[in-house]
Amino acid sequence: MATVKVNQLAKDDLFWQIDYKHDRCTLCGKCVASCPFQAIEAKVEKRRKVVSEDITPNPKVYFQTIPVIKQVISEYNFCRGCGICEKVCPNDAIKPVRNSDHRFQAKYRATVADPFKRGGRSNLETDGRTLDKIKVGRISQMTDPSLDAQRHTFDMRAPFGRVLAPDEIPLEVDSSGRLVLKNNLPPVRWIYPIIIGDMSIGALSWRMWEALAIATAYLNEEVGIPIRMCSGEGGVPVRLLKSRFLKYIILQIASGHFGWNRIVNAMPHMVEDPAGVLIKIGQGAKPGDGGLLMAKKVAKHIQEIRGVPKADLLSPPNHQGLYSIEESVQKMFLSFNAAFKFRVPVAIKVAASATSVSVYNNLLRDPYNIVGGFFLDGIDGGTGAAHEISLDHTGHPIVSKLRDCYKAALHQGKQGQIPLWAAGGMGKNWNLAADAFKMICLGANGIFTGKLMLQLAGCVGNDMGKCNACNTGLCPVGICTQNPTLVKRLDIDKVAENIVNYFIAVDHELKKLMAPVGNSSLPVGRSDALISTDKSVAERLDINYAC
Amino acid sequence: MCRIGAIKSKEYIHPSVALRLMRSQQKGHDNSGFAMIMQDLGGVFEGYKGLPILSMACTDEGIKIAEDILHKKGFVRLFQWAPQVFPKPGLKIEPMPNYVFQVYQYPKLYNYAPQEEKEELLVDMRLAIRHELETQDLGYVYSFWPDVLTLKEIGDPSDIGEYFNLWEENDHFKAKIITAQCRQNTNYDIVRYAAHPFFLQGYTALANGENTFYEKNKNLQKKLYKGYIGFESDSQCFLYTLHYVHKKLKWPLIYYKHTITPIPFEELSQREDGHILANIRASLAHLEINGPNTIIGVLPDGTLFTCCDSKKLRPVVVGRDENTVVITSEVTGINDILPNRNWQDDIYPGEREMVVINDELEVVRWQQ
Repeated sequence: MATVKVNQLAKDDLFWQIDYKHDRCTLCGKCVASCPFQAIEAKVEKRRKVVSEDITPNPKVYFQTIPVIKQVISEYNFCRGCGICEKVCPNDAIKPVRNSDHRFQAKYRATVADPFKRGGRSNLETDGRTLDKIKVGRISQMTDPSLDAQRHTFDMRAPFGRVLAPDEIPLEVDSSGRLVLKNNLPPVRWIYPIIIGDMSIGALSWRMWEALAIATAYLNEEVGIPIRMCSGEGGVPVRLLKSRFLKYIILQIASGHFGWNRIVNAMPHMVEDPAGVLIKIGQGAKPGDGGLLMAKKVAKHIQEIRGVPKADLLSPPNHQGLYSIEESVQKMFLSFNAAFKFRVPVAIKVAASATSVSVYNNLLRDPYNIVGGFFLDGIDGGTGAAHEISLDHTGHPIVSKLRDCYKAALHQGKQGQIPLWAAGGMGKNWNLAADAFKMICLGANGIFTGKLMLQLAGCVGNDMGKCNACNTGLCPVGICTQNPTLVKRLDIDKVAENIVNYFIAVDHELKKLMAPVGNSSLPVGRSDALISTDKSVAERLDINYAC
Repeated sequence: MCRIGAIKSKEYIHPSVALRLMRSQQKGHDNSGFAMIMQDLGGVFEGYKGLPILSMACTDEGIKIAEDILHKKGFVRLFQWAPQVFPKPGLKIEPMPNYVFQVYQYPKLYNYAPQEEKEELLVDMRLAIRHELETQDLGYVYSFWPDVLTLKEIGDPSDIGEYFNLWEENDHFKAKIITAQCRQNTNYDIVRYAAHPFFLQGYTALANGENTFYEKNKNLQKKLYKGYIGFESDSQCFLYTLHYVHKKLKWPLIYYKHTITPIPFEELSQREDGHILANIRASLAHLEINGPNTIIGVLPDGTLFTCCDSKKLRPVVVGRDENTVVITSEVTGINDILPNRNWQDDIYPGEREMVVINDELEVVRWQQ
C-alpha cells in the first residue's frame, strides 16, 4: 500500500479549486496561457475505456493517455480565484470555485516559515459597513425648500491647505472701506471633495497610473471637475513633472523617500506647481508598516524613476529621524513648504488609530500654521502588498475616527482650519457619492479613494478573498503588475474613460444628495442631516437614531 | 415662515405702527407671539440716551435678583418704567407677572472706562442675570443696553397689543427704529428667548426662513464670544455672525454678506478681490448659511439693512416715503402703514444684494 501523504498541501487546502469539464474542453489552451499565476497547467491523464466493436458483445479494455487541464497544488502557484480562465474559455469548460474549507494560510506559513502576504483588503467583513447603516434623514420640505440638482448651482469645493482663523488673517481696511491683505497667507487650493488616493507608480502598472493621470487631466480640463490625484510614494515620471499637468498631481513623500531626488532635480524645470505635497506617515491597510514593493515589480522604468536597483523596496515603518509631532512640523513641513517657496500646501497622511486625535490636536495648535491637511486612512484602505496579519488585524475603522477628529477640532473651536480628508473603504459598496456625502456630514472636508479606481479599471478582486494578488506582480488584468505581457491587457483609454464617466456620475449624485438637504455648498459637519438605523452607531457618532 | 418687519423713521413712532405692519401679514399665522425691539427711544426714555436700559419679563423675585446683581457691581437705578397692562378674560396671552424697563447709571469705577470696557460689562451683567433667572426659572432678560428696549410675549399678537395697550398711540412710548416679529418659534420649542428680533451689543437681527447650516453655525459660534449663547432659534446665528464680522473682526458691513452667502469660486477667480474673499470663505465656512432666508439687521449706529440667501428663496420688500423706511416680508404690510408712498419706488432686493438705509434714510444698494 502506498504511503498517504496527508501532511502535504492538497487541493482541498487551497482557497479555490478549479472546476474543469474535460468533455467541454477543446484544448485550445487559452486558460493556461492566460493564467498569470501558473495555477493551471496542461497535463495528461491515463483513462481506462471499455469498448465492444463486434456484433455480439466482446468487451476490450483500452488505456488511453488524454490531455487535460489540471490545477497546480503549490504554495507558490496556487489559484487566486481571479477567474481569468473562465473569462477566456470559449466553452465554459473551466472556472474557479471557492473552497469554504480551505486552510491555506496555515499550510503556507507551516511550509515556508514566512508570513503570508497578499493584496490589500480586509477579508474579514462580517457585519455590514457603518456607512450603510447611516441614511440622509433630514430632507428639506416646505419650510426650507429643497434645491434642484439640475437647475441650481452647487459649489462643490473643499479646501486643501492651512486655513487661518479669521482674526489671524492679516487684513486691513483701506481708505475705500475694502479689506486688503497685509501679508502672505498659507496657500489654500479649493478642489473637488474627492481625491484619487495615493497609489504609487510601481505598485500600479505604468499603464494604470497613466490612465489615472489622463482621467484626472480630462476631468479637470474637459469636464470641469477639479479633481486631484496623489502620486503615491515612488516618484513621478520626469516628463510629467515638467509638464503643465503637474498642477493636478499631489506629490507624496513617505518614509522611503522613493523618487524624491528625481522630483528635486526636476524642480527648476517645473512650469507649474504641484497641487500639493502629502507626507505619508501611515496607511490604513497596514498601519505601522512601511511600503512593500517586491523586486518582481521593480521594472526598469521604476528603477529609473526611483533611482534604485532591482531589489525589494521596503520603506521603513517610520520616518527615520522624526521623533515627535513638533519635530515633524519643524523638519518636514517647514522644509517642504520652503521647497516650493510656501506656494504649495503640505498635508499629512496618517493611519486611523487610537492616537490619530492626539496628532490632529497637536497639529491644530501648531504655531507655524503650515500643516495644510489631515488625511486619515481607515482599516479598509489599501491596494498594494501587505502581510495578511496587518491587513486583517491592525487598524481602526475610519468613520468614528474621522468623527473624533472633527469633534476634537470643534472642541477647540478650530474646525476647518486643518482640512480633514478621510478614506478607507470609500465606495466599497460601489457608491462613492453616498459615502462622500455622509463622511462630509460627519465632519470631513473631503475624501480620497483608491481601490475603487482599480475596480473601475477592471480589477477582478473582491473583499471575499478573490484574487488579492497585488503583491505578486502577476495581476491578471495588468493593474498591479509591471510584467509587460500582463500590462498589455489593460486598455489605457478605456480605463481613463471609465474613471471619467464614473466621476461625472458621482458629481451628479453628490448634487442629488445636496439638493434635498437644501445645501448648495458642502455640508461639512452637518451631522443633523444624518440618521442611523443602528442605535450603537447613532450613539457613537452622535447622530439621530431612527427605527 | 416668519413674518418680520423693521421700521426706521425720522420721527418717533409708536409700536402700534409695528403691530399694524405685522397684522396685515398675519394670514396663515399660528398667532403664537409678538416680539419687538425699540431703538433710539423717545417718550419717557428720551432723556436717558447714554444709559443702559434693562429689559426683563420676570417674577417679583426675578426683579430682586437682577437688581441685586447690578447693585453689587455698582450700578445705580435712575428710572423705571413699566407698561400698564389691561388683562381681560379671553385674551390669548401667557403673560409674565412683571415687565421691567429700568435705566441704570454705570458704576462709578467705570466713569472713565473706555467704551469697549463698558460694553463688555453690560454683556457680563446681562449674562449673569440671565444665568440666575434661568437657573431658578424666574424669568427672562432680553437686553441691557443704552437706548434699547425689548418686549417679547407669547400669545395672539392682537391680544398682546390689547394687553399692553399697544394699539393706542401715546407719546411716552416711542422710538425711531422698531423691529418686530409676529410669530414665535416654529423650529423648536416656544420659548421667549427664541423670538426674533435678537439683540447683542447694539446689533439687532431678524430672519425669515430656515438656517439649514444651524448646526455648523452654532458649533463654531459657541467658541467665538461669551455673548453667543442660547441658540434657541437657528436664526440667532445670523445675529452672532453679524456681531462677529462687524464688531469683533471690525470688517465693513459689506463682508457680512460675503461671509453668510459667499460668491461661487468660479466668480471669485474673476474678481480683483477674489483672494481676499476666498480667504474669508475658507476661514468662515462654518458661518455660511444655506437654506432660505431673509435677514433684516440694525447696527449700533442705527443703520438698517436687509439681505437674503444666495438663492433668493424668501421674500422681502423695502418701501419708503420721505420720513419712514419699512423693510418687511410682504408688501401688504407696507401698504397698510405707508398707503400714500409711491409704490413704484419699492425695492425687491436680489439674491446678491444688500439694501442699506442710513440715518438720513438714504437707501444704498450694494451688489455683493
